[in-house]
Amino acid sequence: MDDILIIGAGQAGMQVAVSLREHGFTGPITLAGSERATPYQRPPLSKAYLSGEADLESLELRAQSFYDDRLIAVRCDDAVVSVAFEGGDGVAVTASGSRIPFAQLALTPGSEPRRVSIPGCDLAGVLYLRDLADADELKARWGAAGRVVVIGGGFIGLEVAAAARKAGKTVTVLEAADRLIARAVSPITSEFFRQAHARRGIDVRVSVQVTGILGTGDIVTGVELADGEVVPADIVLVGIGVIPRSALAEQLGLKLVGGAIVVDEFARTSDPRVVAAGDAVLMPHPLGRPGQVRLESVQNAVDQAKVAAATLMGAPEAYRAVPWFWSDQADLKLQIAGLSTGFDQTVVRGDPDDDHFSVLYYAEGKLIAIDTVNDASDYMVVRRALGRGATIPPELASDTSVSLKSLLVPAAA
Amino acid sequence: MPSITYISPNGTSTTLDARVGDSVMEVAVKHGVDGIVAECGGACSCATCHVYVDAAFQETVGGPGELEDDMLDGAASERLSNSRLSCQIKMRDEFDGLTVHVAPEQL
Ligand SMILES: Cc1cc2nc3c(=O)[nH]c(=O)nc-3n(C[C@H](O)[C@H](O)[C@H](O)COP(=O)(O)OP(=O)(O)OC[C@H]3O[C@@H](n4cnc5c(N)ncnc54)[C@H](O)[C@@H]3O)c2cc1C
Ligand code: FES
Repeated sequence: MDDILIIGAGQAGMQVAVSLREHGFTGPITLAGSERATPYQRPPLSKAYLSGEADLESLELRAQSFYDDRLIAVRCDDAVVSVAFEGGDGVAVTASGSRIPFAQLALTPGSEPRRVSIPGCDLAGVLYLRDLADADELKARWGAAGRVVVIGGGFIGLEVAAAARKAGKTVTVLEAADRLIARAVSPITSEFFRQAHARRGIDVRVSVQVTGILGTGDIVTGVELADGEVVPADIVLVGIGVIPRSALAEQLGLKLVGGAIVVDEFARTSDPRVVAAGDAVLMPHPLGRPGQVRLESVQNAVDQAKVAAATLMGAPEAYRAVPWFWSDQADLKLQIAGLSTGFDQTVVRGDPDDDHFSVLYYAEGKLIAIDTVNDASDYMVVRRALGRGATIPPELASDTSVSLKSLLVPAAA
Repeated sequence: MPSITYISPNGTSTTLDARVGDSVMEVAVKHGVDGIVAECGGACSCATCHVYVDAAFQETVGGPGELEDDMLDGAASERLSNSRLSCQIKMRDEFDGLTVHVAPEQL
């Protein structure tokens, strides 16, 4: 038996299946998912899907005929509830009671929203945004909601806030930390987004403590702050981060850290028969800097899935892709290349007040990452530079009269 | 339904029907047209959906927007006057029969 089972029919799971076929794997592939839809894109859920510019069909990553033609068995709406190796072979059991045998396993279960546990958190209208079901509930309440309160000033919260403001709603963002998107960007970029959203009419508050959610009957009416103020709300969208889904990895006894599945640079878990990829995974820094990282991005799901597929084929190739990310917040397009963790110097290029600038991040004089707002040229130059190990001298990078491209210094031979 | 023909770098051609409003990238990726990678899924953030619009349709389809223009400068294959990111071309009835040549390198 050479069957491969992939648990988690999302961005990474789909890519593992596709890459296996591209590598010439001819054995059976099952892609098991707990959602009703075949794999789809999540990013538009807080953007174009919410605003009505994209429908479900346009979110689907592949057409059904694509899977059929490649003999990829996609089993939707039937979560895997248990998984084990019995002797040499593995077997998974689904919620409906089906048994799926396999020789090798890929875990791509993604992550789920971290929940708030404060008084009133179960009221109707307190929402999270991870999947289509969440997005449909948000959309169902969207039209009638005049006041939207977002708890958490991270990417998803800010994207929803921006979309709500664009739709003419009264919007408040409540962030506990002293700045927005603190985990992913420098204080300069955080402060830019605070001001830019405020200019667009969003009430953005940082360093604020939410103590409870108020309601009439079982319907939300407002959010209570530590100082007693109540911010009125028809919808409360909570975006305070995610938790890796690790239940099945735990059943298999795989090594976990902080709930994330630990893998090496070949996407191998602590069990050589099991690979893992995507949001649920903790891995070595892909560009060889110190430490381990867990990345929540389409780029990582796709690139790590490719690595996982190569490993399953017995032709391992180390993960060396440059991380990149984007976030669309109204008319502001943030693009990030590289990982800025560990930076000791930043250089700002352009003027944040024009909604068009970049922040370059350095560690020991070497370029490690960039954030750009509405500047795709700088983003692409740095993304390619990082892939080749090139750098840009920090003392020259702020001069917008010269292109970043002309400042590139190739990697030392 | 307007149709789109994709010509791959090795000359194979694939014709598919599109819904009005779908992007030229989406239709290709969903049906596995070779060479359109589309890592970002249409967010104009990867430049791996680069195509050359056939001369006959260049005027009808038009040129890139500002952000797309910047992204195209970073595309892996040579940028030509008819270069577009296929995720930014949304199908319309007038585009029926649109032919695009898939760029040889995307990554
Ligand atoms: C609203 C939103 C906006 C986003 N915007 C961006 C963006 O702008 N840019 C960007 O780069 N990234 C963005 N992301 C992040 C990106 O979508 C994720 O990083 C990516 O989807 C991770 O892929 P994955 O395969 O690890 O997980 P997922 O895509 O979540 O797939 C995991 C799947 O596994 C299923 N599953 C879990 N357990 C089981 C089980 N036991 N049995 C069967 N199935 C199971 C889940 O239901 C899910 O369908 C966004 C995410 C969200 C939610
Ligand atoms: S799909 Fe990424 S830029 Fe077109």
